Amino acid sequence: MSVLVLDSVVRTHGAGEGKVNALQGISLSVAPGELVAVMGPSGSGKSTLLHLAGGLDQPTSGRVLVEGTDLGGLSGKELARVRRRSVGYVFQDFNLVPALTAAENVSLPLELDGTSARKARKQALESLADVGIPELADRFPDDMSGGPQQRVAIARALVGERRLVLADEPTGALDSTTGEAVMALLRARCDAGAAGVLVTHDARHAAWADRVVFLRDGLVTDESVYRAPEEALRT
Amino acid sequence: MSVRHGLLALLAEQPRYGYELRGEFEARTGSPLNVGQVYTTLSRLERDGCVTASGASETGQRYYQITAVGRAEVTQWFTTPVRREDRPRDELAIKLALAVGSEDVDMRAIIQAQRTDSLRALQDYTRLKVRAGAQGTDDLTWLLVLDAMVFQTEAEVRWLDHCETRLVQARRPAPLHQPAGEGAEVTR
Ligand SMILES: Nc1ncnc2c1ncn2[C@@H]1O[C@H](COP(=O)(O)OP(=O)(O)O)[C@@H](O)[C@H]1O
Ligand SMILES: [Mg+2]
Repeated sequence: MSVLVLDSVVRTHGAGEGKVNALQGISLSVAPGELVAVMGPSGSGKSTLLHLAGGLDQPTSGRVLVEGTDLGGLSGKELARVRRRSVGYVFQDFNLVPALTAAENVSLPLELDGTSARKARKQALESLADVGIPELADRFPDDMSGGPQQRVAIARALVGERRLVLADEPTGALDSTTGEAVMALLRARCDAGAAGVLVTHDARHAAWADRVVFLRDGLVTDESVYRAPEEALRT
Repeated sequence: MSVRHGLLALLAEQPRYGYELRGEFEARTGSPLNVGQVYTTLSRLERDGCVTASGASETGQRYYQITAVGRAEVTQWFTTPVRREDRPRDELAIKLALAVGSEDVDMRAIIQAQRTDSLRALQDYTRLKVRAGAQGTDDLTWLLVLDAMVFQTEAEVRWLDHCETRLVQARRPAPLHQPAGEGAEVTR
């Protein structure tokens, strides 16, 4: 079953003269283990797509399903729970809480969801180890450089059972080798069974995806699907 | 002149048969060569005094050895930066330049088709890199060749984004697709 399904999704902002068609009918499914990159000019609807997928915004028409659940049919409370349990969101500017340590940042969504402090910390430490920075658990974000901060943000996005990771320009603030390391991490998490959607303007990073979807004016204009590597050099 | 210098560089390492040169060149650079190219290049190198051919195997294969002249040429090649204008003409740049002047050609569709194709190539190179890394391959030559292809392809995609931005700014109507939104610009 697809972890994420967008079914004929339309998102219109405003009305009348000032009406903006941010998305004009997008259908997209992301399976477990699959990483999809979304590229397109600024204003083409990439962030809108990600917000809808993460339940941070609602479509004007069409449906968004996360792990089979239609987000449109949920109450505010239920939606918040899906967001905490199923969806991990990675922001360009990391969005960590400065007053909390790395481990506390990662365990916060679990505790908000009722997990005991001890269990939440244990899962947070596991998640930090998964992203390669177990030794930074008790450090504060301000004491880390951009690469480790983004790793903490990814650990937070993937802690617990969450199967869908949404990342909006997660490498934007990083230098090229650190950006590459973050991509390797996202790739590894998807290879381990998560479904990922990555918004990026960097072709080198989009290339880590199984599929690259090109948006323009709220529509998918084209799609590049990965072929077997053996064919790569025969062209 | 990359085939000429590529073959010379291989001969600078050790003498080789012609067919060996072809296999080695392809294996190390990922870039295919046809037999004809190899032998015409070798005969030119022989004429120019860069290599000598000795003996012949039972199957009639000749064995090539580099000369001092050849060594000097390969050293010169390695130490001289590659100038852009020495590379083959870029067919894509020519195609787009001509498309600008052709009213019934959809530039944005051409750009997008090229971008998709370049991305697909990038996806392939990236997987090959990941695979080389996962196997602990310390084949530095192979990784450098892959990196070169990755960065060249990325540069091409950036250039295509740039072309599209220019196109949108110029507000040239696209005959087959709907026009772009006001003030749309490529992220970058
Ligand atoms: N809250 C909003 N109100 C009005 N228009 C919006 C709002 N959010 C986004 N838009 C418009 O929707 C379009 C798509 O925006 P966005 O999804 O942010 O694009 P991208 O992330 O590709 O740059 C743009 O034209 C943008 O101005
Ligand atoms: Mg955006």
